Amino acid sequence: MSDIIIIDYGMGNLRSVQKKFERINVIAEVTEDLVKIKNAKKLVLPGVGHFANGVKKLKGSGIWDVLNKSVIIDKTPIIGICLGMQLMAKKSEEGDAEGFGWFDANVIRFRVTDTIKFKIPQMGWNNVSISKENPFFKGIDPESQFYFVHSYHWVCNNIEDELTSTQYDYRFTSAVFRENILGVQFHPEKSHEQGEMLLRNFVNF
Amino acid sequence: MFRPRIIPTLLLRNLGLVKSVGFKDYKYIGDPINAVKIFNDLKADELVFLDILASKEKRVISLDFVLKVGDEANMPFSVGGGLRTIRDIRSVLRAGAEKVVINTYAAEDPAFIRKAAEEFGSSTITVCIDVKKKIFGKQQVYINGGSKATSLDPVPFAKLMEEMGAGELIINSIDRDGSMEGYDIELIRTVSDSVTIPVVALGGAGKLNDLNEAVKNGHASAVAAGSLFVFHGPRRAVLINYPQPEELKNIFK
Repeated sequence: MSDIIIIDYGMGNLRSVQKKFERINVIAEVTEDLVKIKNAKKLVLPGVGHFANGVKKLKGSGIWDVLNKSVIIDKTPIIGICLGMQLMAKKSEEGDAEGFGWFDANVIRFRVTDTIKFKIPQMGWNNVSISKENPFFKGIDPESQFYFVHSYHWVCNNIEDELTSTQYDYRFTSAVFRENILGVQFHPEKSHEQGEMLLRNFVNF
Repeated sequence: MFRPRIIPTLLLRNLGLVKSVGFKDYKYIGDPINAVKIFNDLKADELVFLDILASKEKRVISLDFVLKVGDEANMPFSVGGGLRTIRDIRSVLRAGAEKVVINTYAAEDPAFIRKAAEEFGSSTITVCIDVKKKIFGKQQVYINGGSKATSLDPVPFAKLMEEMGAGELIINSIDRDGSMEGYDIELIRTVSDSVTIPVVALGGAGKLNDLNEAVKNGHASAVAAGSLFVFHGPRRAVLINYPQPEELKNIFK
């Protein structure tokens, strides 16, 4: 059995996530099978694309309810990446849709003032500054940069949920963590060794 | 701090890596998968692969090739070459590409960009605009690997692509391609200042300071180059290279 289940709900590039786990010798399976998702030891919710579309696909496939139960009742550890993190919030401006609501947070479109310097989407490498103690950034150089691609970002209503923040014209929440739930706006699967380290720390969590 | 991406752009001809000058005079560079391995070790920010014959030959970039790159690449990569259906894009993304690059078909059917952006999200759709000066000095958008003029002006076309939902534009100067004499800064800046999506400068980089110029004076969000990362020295010996992490930090200071 695989150690890690990568949830396939038809949004984005799952192969690169799986490959990154392979590189650290962790077997990760990409699946839409509800039983496998339900029995997973650890879950990955990746995703690139439109928020409302993601919600629709999760609900239509039945993954939504299974995931809610696994994460909230069974407390299965989960990492949400990019759209996967955004879906953990209550609501997004993108398609005006409601997410899982595991965190008291909203997702809004970047409101930059300097539109020449700060283009949307933010596409590229940026730093993260750690807001609270956690096991996920263990062994990662604080100067390390991670790969971001997004037009929308998190707004935490409960600042204790914030794990890291990042500066792009202004500061926004770039990772969150509470109990068994980890969300990262950047792509660890695209972020060289520092990304590998973060995923390894999640596997060991 | 946000750091502009530095993107090696690799051209494919019959599945071999080549580098052109002015979109012609192709020189064979080597095996593309081997290049990916080297760029992995060099920790390149991102890679772009363009099959420059695909549109002309009315076919799509080899899926098998994209899979092989996907298995190797340790960084995000995008691919372009003859993509003209939602199905084409889906299969390339499933094979591991982060983004797709659309050039010819974006000019032939701009509404396709909207369809693609709605399906896959804007950040997945890059439009590459090849620009060349006409004899009387006016710049025009070219398609089909630079072989066909469109009579489109680069700036209004760039704005149209943004409106259609493109997440990023690569602005490529055919006149500067392979020249290693620096980017067409004015072109990059005019386009960049007229859109709110990221613009990637391409065509002409010959030294690291050219990259800085494109960001500082051209207002590019990212910089791409071919020759700079595959050649070494005045005689252009083939040598895949990339700035060291320490150099990277200082290029844009």
